[in-house]
Amino acid sequence: MGKKLLLEHINVPGIETLEVYRQKGGYASVEKALKTMTPNDVVEEVKKSGLRGRGGAGFPTGMKWSFLYKPEGVERYLVCNADESEPGTFKDRFLMEHIPHSLIEGMITSSFALGAKTSYIYIRGEYFYVARILEKAIDEAYAAGLLGKNILGTDFSHDCYVQVGAGAYICGEETALLESLEGKRGNPRIKPPFPAIAGLYGCPTVVNNVETIATVCPIINMGGEEYAKIGIGRSTGTKLISASGHINKPGTYEIELGLPVEEFIYSEEYCGGIINGNKLKAVVAGGSSVPVLPAHLILKTEKGEPRLMSYESLSEGGFVSGSMLGSGGFIVYDETTSIVKNLYTFARFYHHESCGQCSPCREGTGWMEKILHRIVEGHGKPSDIDLLWDIQRKIEGNTICPLGDAAAWPVASAIRHFRAEFEEYINHPEKIKDIKHYYSVHQLAGA
Amino acid sequence: MSKEIKFNEETLALVHKLMNRYPEGKHKSALLPILHIAQAEFDGWLSPATMDYVASILKIQSIEVYEVASFYSMYNLKPVGKCLLEVCRTSSCWVRGAEDVVKHLEKRLGIKEGETTADGMFTIKTVECLGSCGSAPLLQCGASYHENLTFEKVDALIETYRAEGKRKSYTDLDYKNTL
Amino acid sequence: MAKVTIDGQTIEVPDGTTILQAARMIVDDKNYTGVNIAPPTMCYHSKLKTSGGYCRTCIVKVTKGSEKDPRPMPKPVASCRTTVMDGMEVVNLTSPEVLESRKAVVEFLLINHPLDCPICDQAGECHLQDLGYEHGLAKTRYDFKRRTFNLIDIGPYIKLHMTRCIMCFRCIKVADQITDGRYQGMLFRGDASEISTYISKAIDNDFSGNVIDVCPVGALTDRTFRFKSRVWFTKPMDAHRNCTKCKGKVSIWLKGDEVLRVTGRKDQWGEVQDWICNECRFEKKHVNDWVIEGPTHIDRHSVISANHYENLSSLKLDIGKQQKQLNKK
Repeated sequence: MGKKLLLEHINVPGIETLEVYRQKGGYASVEKALKTMTPNDVVEEVKKSGLRGRGGAGFPTGMKWSFLYKPEGVERYLVCNADESEPGTFKDRFLMEHIPHSLIEGMITSSFALGAKTSYIYIRGEYFYVARILEKAIDEAYAAGLLGKNILGTDFSHDCYVQVGAGAYICGEETALLESLEGKRGNPRIKPPFPAIAGLYGCPTVVNNVETIATVCPIINMGGEEYAKIGIGRSTGTKLISASGHINKPGTYEIELGLPVEEFIYSEEYCGGIINGNKLKAVVAGGSSVPVLPAHLILKTEKGEPRLMSYESLSEGGFVSGSMLGSGGFIVYDETTSIVKNLYTFARFYHHESCGQCSPCREGTGWMEKILHRIVEGHGKPSDIDLLWDIQRKIEGNTICPLGDAAAWPVASAIRHFRAEFEEYINHPEKIKDIKHYYSVHQLAGA
Repeated sequence: MSKEIKFNEETLALVHKLMNRYPEGKHKSALLPILHIAQAEFDGWLSPATMDYVASILKIQSIEVYEVASFYSMYNLKPVGKCLLEVCRTSSCWVRGAEDVVKHLEKRLGIKEGETTADGMFTIKTVECLGSCGSAPLLQCGASYHENLTFEKVDALIETYRAEGKRKSYTDLDYKNTL
Repeated sequence: MAKVTIDGQTIEVPDGTTILQAARMIVDDKNYTGVNIAPPTMCYHSKLKTSGGYCRTCIVKVTKGSEKDPRPMPKPVASCRTTVMDGMEVVNLTSPEVLESRKAVVEFLLINHPLDCPICDQAGECHLQDLGYEHGLAKTRYDFKRRTFNLIDIGPYIKLHMTRCIMCFRCIKVADQITDGRYQGMLFRGDASEISTYISKAIDNDFSGNVIDVCPVGALTDRTFRFKSRVWFTKPMDAHRNCTKCKGKVSIWLKGDEVLRVTGRKDQWGEVQDWICNECRFEKKHVNDWVIEGPTHIDRHSVISANHYENLSSLKLDIGKQQKQLNKK
């Protein structure tokens, strides 16, 4: 069994309630931080822990915190990014749904470190029922004196609110999230200024992912140095991985960073192998935005070393033969999967979610979807593959926010690793109707 | 069916409570949650009159509400059935049979994706990733996620909803006590 | 102050200046004789706060961040929204990569554009036309149905032809920043976005006509000028009148003695200098309403200049200079 920090008590009945959560040591980090540490101490521990943002970018959290601008008399905000919308990712929902207090605890401890009197949890609108779970937890925390005025009898006062979104992937981008939180369209802001200088309502703001904030609790409890001993190299600690696709045991797993990918896919403790004993074809390791890798490159790097679940190992080989850990949305495809059709669902997704502000993304995502649609419908042209390649290359890097890159990378990697499959679709459209694109519901129900 | 576009006192109190979560002068922040409530209260969609009413509560221009309401995919700008069946179709759901679920629903309800049944009970809508990839395929109706779908589950769901005959909203689950 | 080098030209500019502004300053300098290194713009407008950053036309590459942090910036930046830092080095025309990115942006802007220049009132003074001519491909690679919208009349004076829109947000910023109460906005999202009032509300205030002047394409046009004349058959003159609502400084566009339309005066970058009111723009269509100052300056490269010699002596000078250059060769 790997080390568990966030999901250690996941099977304890009633862990969603404050009472049970506290019995299991919950809110210890609030006690410790507020009563025995200064805000700066907390930031230092997080720095020492080597914690990196769990939302996808992997930016060191302690460093992000230390960038926060702290002018006298200006409010500062902590905003939790619970807009989990990256296809393949559902770990934050799992955590919030089952152990909501771990997030609330993290919000209080982190807000103390940052000097934020108010914090908001921005959760995607579809997770309305999870928002309700969080609000219940918040109410419990207020009643227990863990939120509100003079928390646990200290000078620190804090209010925490939940805000629901209304269906927009782009609101997972931190500045779009802030716009949405201000009651506007989720259009990413043009940076600089960064939120650390001018974020919510123009005030200095830190935006962190749910898992990142929840992880602050074990870090404060065990100390940053101890935490840094878990994991591998610069990938410290544990990470929640959302596993889906053609595996026997889809779900959310907490892994110690550095776990071999092969073990993750095939061991009974995690994914439990591929359904029907099929062969592995490809994996999207960190949510739809990261490059898809064929089986031989996900299990081993180009150099032949075992690929590990860590920021460094998954990106080993750059985009030529590597990918990214991203948000930990781990989608497994078996030998039956059509990579082309799967890519089409991604292209459709990015087209649907483009905010429309900047021209390369607004126009390019729609163009890519149309071409892919033509290909999967059997009307592809031989020039389409090169055209797709060219379009994605021209979107990448030229947009306001990373959605452009996120739309481009899956296309680039699918063509890079599975070009023959595209050619098959284009050269032999008569065969498409015979390609079994996906499992029927009944096939799976039997599996 | 049409009624006066005005929240009752209880809802209005909730709306003001929401607005007070944000600093003075920043009440526009409450726009998204208030639109959810308005959609639930006024027949499951946001008519221009509903949006104008929300604008008047927040003291903002109507266009600011239209801009927001048209940006987010969960707001309906046209009337929909009492049960809006939103089937996820992105990668993980697709590889586990989301297209079958849509086809089954279409056959079963006798309508196409995007259409509403003649009795105004059901609308089928395909949506992008709902964040439940590990329990694919799934559909959302109101606040509920229906996961690991099979045809039998879909059939049972339709029967239950038809028997209940009630409108399903995202804000169900007794939101008035918690929001 | 910060020293910045753009395509090898160094200039010292106040802190907070954007790369674009710095490039324009270099070109504006009387002693400067080089090529126009100012990046083209579609959505930036000097008189509108927070404009720019959307179209990506003005993209440049920062090859050196500053003296303190000499690292290049990670990816191409929008020069209109990126401020200079001391010691910054930027490439625009001298970078094949930048030119390729710009070409890509032009292609993206054009894939859903109707290319209906022959029937568009903006033709001849359209920024997208100029941009396409300078940076675009000769043919399109887009073979799908283009996005279309119905034409909308926004009140009696303004025609909205959304199909031509490139979503520069300028008109929205005009409505936000210079009129009281905004009625039009950006609706929907992605490539389904549109500028609209949603419920066909008329835009009714004294300065609404300025949205026409800031529109870089033919999406917002003057209904009182619609199909009256190709713009290059008209004669633009600077004129003024006493106006209680605005400064009354305009350009009137004449055909014979008839005032076909009135617009704000634009600077050399095609951006309006002073906002004008609707009375001046739409209601003063008689030559006697105006005191004519002289011909409006029109860039020599513009098609409008074909029949329009604002100043014969300057033209002679120009020819003289060119002859000298020819003699040198």
